[in-house]
Amino acid sequence: MKKISIIMAMLLLVMAALAGCSGSSDTAATTAAGETTAAAAGETIKLGVIGPLTGEYSMYGTSVEEGAKLAAEEINAAGGINGSMVEIVAYDSKGDKTEAVNAYNRLRDQDGIVGLIGGTFSGETLSIKEIAVGDNMPVLTPTATNGEVTLNAPNVFRACYTDPYQGSTAAVFAAENLGATKAAVLYNIEDPYSEGLAEAFNEKFSALGTVTNFEGYTANDSDFKAVLTKIAESDPDVIFLPDYVAKVGIILSQIQELGLDVVAIGGDGWDGIEVDYADVAEGDYFANHYANTDEAPIVQNFISAYEAKWGKTPSALAALAYDSTYIMAQAIEKAGSTDADAIVAQLAATDGDYVTGHITFDENGDPVKSISMIQVVGGKHVLAAKVSAE
Amino acid sequence: MVLFLQQLINGLSVGSIYALIALGYTMVYGIIKLINFAHGEIMMAGAYFAFLIAVSTNLPFVAVMLISMVLAAVLGVVIERVAYKPLRNAPRISLLITAIGMSLFLQNLALVIFRADPKIMPTLIAKHPINIGPIQVGTVTLTTLVLSIIFMVILDVFVKKTKPGKAMRAVSEDKDAALLMGINVDKTISLTFAIGSALGALGGVLYGITYTQVYPTMGILPGLKAFIAAVLGGIGLIPGAVLGGFAVGMVETISKAYLPTQWTDAIVFGILIVVLLIKPTGILGKNEKEKV
Repeated sequence: MKKISIIMAMLLLVMAALAGCSGSSDTAATTAAGETTAAAAGETIKLGVIGPLTGEYSMYGTSVEEGAKLAAEEINAAGGINGSMVEIVAYDSKGDKTEAVNAYNRLRDQDGIVGLIGGTFSGETLSIKEIAVGDNMPVLTPTATNGEVTLNAPNVFRACYTDPYQGSTAAVFAAENLGATKAAVLYNIEDPYSEGLAEAFNEKFSALGTVTNFEGYTANDSDFKAVLTKIAESDPDVIFLPDYVAKVGIILSQIQELGLDVVAIGGDGWDGIEVDYADVAEGDYFANHYANTDEAPIVQNFISAYEAKWGKTPSALAALAYDSTYIMAQAIEKAGSTDADAIVAQLAATDGDYVTGHITFDENGDPVKSISMIQVVGGKHVLAAKVSAE
Repeated sequence: MVLFLQQLINGLSVGSIYALIALGYTMVYGIIKLINFAHGEIMMAGAYFAFLIAVSTNLPFVAVMLISMVLAAVLGVVIERVAYKPLRNAPRISLLITAIGMSLFLQNLALVIFRADPKIMPTLIAKHPINIGPIQVGTVTLTTLVLSIIFMVILDVFVKKTKPGKAMRAVSEDKDAALLMGINVDKTISLTFAIGSALGALGGVLYGITYTQVYPTMGILPGLKAFIAAVLGGIGLIPGAVLGGFAVGMVETISKAYLPTQWTDAIVFGILIVVLLIKPTGILGKNEKEKV
């Protein structure tokens, strides 16, 4: 019995020390596990971020973390939320669903976050969703585009548009702006994001033209020459590739090597493609959340602040995370407390101009906004059109 | 027909990379009866060597390739000397476990040194299609195919015509008798590792160029497929590895071309099971009774 109490005491000490390390001020050490209500002025308000910070897809998680931290810094410089400082606590999900749940539990129990800016991927957000609904945790995911994420979850919101909306918009853009009559679709059957976009595109484009091929591949595939040779035979005008840069880059390289005369279109997973694959993606289009060539002052201010802090051009994910952090902070400010119900009510009432456009939420918690179609030209983003699927 | 020919070339190109890696498995197995699970990681190391050389110098593709092969050969010999040689008279299972350990060690070492995010291989070969009659073939595809065949021919001549090649065959036939005939067995085994590793590295360099990325776990899947290729062709037999590699690549490509792509892996592994049920020693393997 004595032993147990000693161990418990040591554990508590270690936990307090850990909390002290991660906190920016010594008051953070007093934040007890699970406590989300009492946060008097002067105490730190912690917001969680979950995303892949290492691994193949680390660029996405890192962007979200950096966007959120930039927003938090600006909010703190302007006096914080009702006098309280904001702190972003980011944990690595490695893009894995189980790791994401572990990260969420740690944020809730150990760090006592008030709200969550995350997860970054649809898959990981879906795995967190049910637990977050049970906890009534205010969740605003910057980047999870899968349709299911906000369904039957009054406390879950998102700053990006949905997969189906994005897929249909890409189809409308292909048919109406590019005048395509034949389209091929090549998607990752293991990924709900890729599949969601592919199906929405397929459905919409079938009404506007012909879908010649609807092909899938698995996450481990790296040879696409066989399936691309098959697609080339039906000579489509456009090929829809709804996947992330790491995979799209490989596919585009092989399209170039095989000499296929086809325009590729993608979703927001393509963001950042110009870094490593500018030459193979030249002239191709993708749906994105904002164009960094947009002249609006809010956009240009964000870009220059981000470049000054992180020394690189912000991706759309960073912009969404930046917006999400502001939306969440404003909701907490208006709620006047860290009470979850009050924050959720204020989130639902969001109505304002942000970097990624004017945002209001519909009854599901999905944003209502138009989509920027970006063309990759000379390694830069050029705004081709602003399109809406409706 | 044109489409089929084009797919055939795609299949040969994929298969030639598997064949190059499979050669390393089969040569090592032939000489010390070890399935060298670290071979996929040697392929990965070869790709990283090429990446590092290409990024830091302006050497042409052929030089990058040859230097990577030499470095990988050295790595292969070091691994053999450090991890496998002390266990030469230990039970075979110990050797196998050591090989698995070595594979995980190299993978994690690469993770620590290079981090997990994929590195983009610089464009060593300009990518564009070439017309051969009615069919269009990519430059990388063609280079892969031609280089693999050149090195396979060199290997064949080396093993059959030269003294060290004959020594390799002698050691794989009967180690003790070879020793009695005055063959330096240790040197011959090291040579086998060097050649196998160099070929694996060539596979890695070509894989990295074809699929544009280099990352620590890149050796796992091609390594596994190449191992299957070696077993399919008859492990321990050099022509078997080449045949097996091309067979796996071809089955993969043709099934992707004419069936829903999600079936590819199921078909490749299914064929392996069927072949092994009918002919347990592989396509070219002879049914030998194990001496007790």
